[in-house]
Amino acid sequence: MDKIERKKKFAEMVVSLPSFVWLAVFFAAPTLIVLSFTFHDHTANGGVAAAWSLATWRDLVNPDYPTIVWRTIRISLEVTAWCILLSLPCAYAIARLPKNIRAMVAGLIMLPFWTSFVVRVFAWKTMLHPDGFLQRCYYIFLDIRTWLFDWLPGFLQSFLCWLGLATPGAADPASATILDSELAVVLVSVYTFLPFAIMPIYTAAEKFDFALMEAARDLGAKGFYAFRKIFIPGVRQGIVSAILMVFIPAIGSYVIPQMLGGTNCVLIGNKIFMRAIQNRNIPHASALATVMALSVLVPIGAWVWWKSRQNAKDKKRLEEATRESILMGGAS
Amino acid sequence: MKKSYFSLTILVLVLLFLYIPIILVVAYGFIPNGISMQFTGADGSFLGFTTKWYEQIFSGAPSVRKLLSSFWLSVEIAALATLASCVLGTTSALALHKWKNRFQKIHYALVYTPLIMPDILIGISLLMLFVACNVACGFWTIFIAHVTFCISYVTMTVLARLADFDNAVTEAAYDLGAGPLYTFFKVELPILMPGIMAGGLLAFTLSIDDVVITSFVNGAGTNTFPTYVSSMVKHSKNLPAVFALSTLMLLGTCALAALIRVLTNLRMKKLS
Repeated sequence: MDKIERKKKFAEMVVSLPSFVWLAVFFAAPTLIVLSFTFHDHTANGGVAAAWSLATWRDLVNPDYPTIVWRTIRISLEVTAWCILLSLPCAYAIARLPKNIRAMVAGLIMLPFWTSFVVRVFAWKTMLHPDGFLQRCYYIFLDIRTWLFDWLPGFLQSFLCWLGLATPGAADPASATILDSELAVVLVSVYTFLPFAIMPIYTAAEKFDFALMEAARDLGAKGFYAFRKIFIPGVRQGIVSAILMVFIPAIGSYVIPQMLGGTNCVLIGNKIFMRAIQNRNIPHASALATVMALSVLVPIGAWVWWKSRQNAKDKKRLEEATRESILMGGAS
Repeated sequence: MKKSYFSLTILVLVLLFLYIPIILVVAYGFIPNGISMQFTGADGSFLGFTTKWYEQIFSGAPSVRKLLSSFWLSVEIAALATLASCVLGTTSALALHKWKNRFQKIHYALVYTPLIMPDILIGISLLMLFVACNVACGFWTIFIAHVTFCISYVTMTVLARLADFDNAVTEAAYDLGAGPLYTFFKVELPILMPGIMAGGLLAFTLSIDDVVITSFVNGAGTNTFPTYVSSMVKHSKNLPAVFALSTLMLLGTCALAALIRVLTNLRMKKLS
């Protein structure tokens, strides 16, 4: 018996150990190394000091870093919001198409993904060039906006400025270029991550029973009301995966701000790269990486915890209901 | 049922938004002037299309030699990383499917966490490991990094395939006297093959396209196609060659996808 047990255990180890060891050595261990580096100070020649210290964490409140962390989170949320907003009607529209066209359109959505990501970002960079067509459109848009707001009473204009819808006074030509601004980073990030938001919502929408929408309409719900109250809750699972698929890479974004954001839009990813490769300040890079990991893991962890609590509650309610019905059945 | 024209309009606009850069990638490959990246000369006259970038790529001209070598390095690494991650991903999926104990729970966490970690964190932590172990960065460090982030994707794809795997098949094989290895190669592997292929395809795409992780672990002088392109400046003379090569890659992938489609259709016809 013992021999069979041992043989089984041996089989399990043979099958699991290759991937287990690989990931332990090349994923878990490096992560722990990064974490431990944050508790050391950096040395002048680019190394890590041997003594333990909290100097790195103290340096993290340096006025530069919190701004960058906040900017990264803000831009990631903006990108996620745009992606979800655009992919909901898209997924809805694809799911309503006839079956043979559906697969083709879904394929069309994923096809851009087959061109190299860096090359697509380069194409955007060329497109957003200051002499380019898009930039000229943007100038016209800015002109119209200034012209419109010139006619407004002063207090309304300052209110709009406060909302971020108007620029106070004359537009500064340097800040009016799309390239090297936050606008370019948000635009191209939405472009890059949009297929990854559409796909999970579309997968959920395909399983969604559209008869429900029809029922809602028969009961008097107007188009958008039915969409909001029936469709969106129906594809909730897809929306959650879409949010994760966009938010995680957006937080870790490094190439897009590097190539399109210039010096105006430095994100955590760029700062990590700068500290790790250019300045050789490994503890600082590690600390920033830890902050980034936390800003991804904390929301996901909170969601998983909330979800499991919700599930436990539902289970309990179900059990109580079953027990009650059994009791009632016994009584009758 | 009433059609929703609003959502259809959005879909068409989104498709346009997704395709304009792709169309431009193709167009930029025919640009005569690589420095201004315009089809018109300084006086505004139209210069026409050129195929010189394609000629350079096919003849392996010295001006594009670095670009081509980075491209072949990418292919080489992607092929090797796909192979390794398919093997490791399949074994880990089998283990996770077969046994459910505390050790496998840790194993699952190890496989799952890389999926929710931003790429850059995997890149920097591997760089730290290589620095701490005094390993010189180059071909093999890129290979290790790519295998590390590809395993999880392969495992997840194969696990999905295993979810509707009928265990009775393997039991039947055992009852008929087949050993575990024989059963694996003759029964389980053929059934899992579509899942492994799908995972491998995903791994290949991810590996050949990766720039973030590679730029941390490539060391000086070793460039894959994405890191080489991202290190080019805007006004590099050879920029159209990059776009031409990308167009060729896009055509290649489309042809491959079409071929796979035709082959599966043929097989389906034969089976029915």
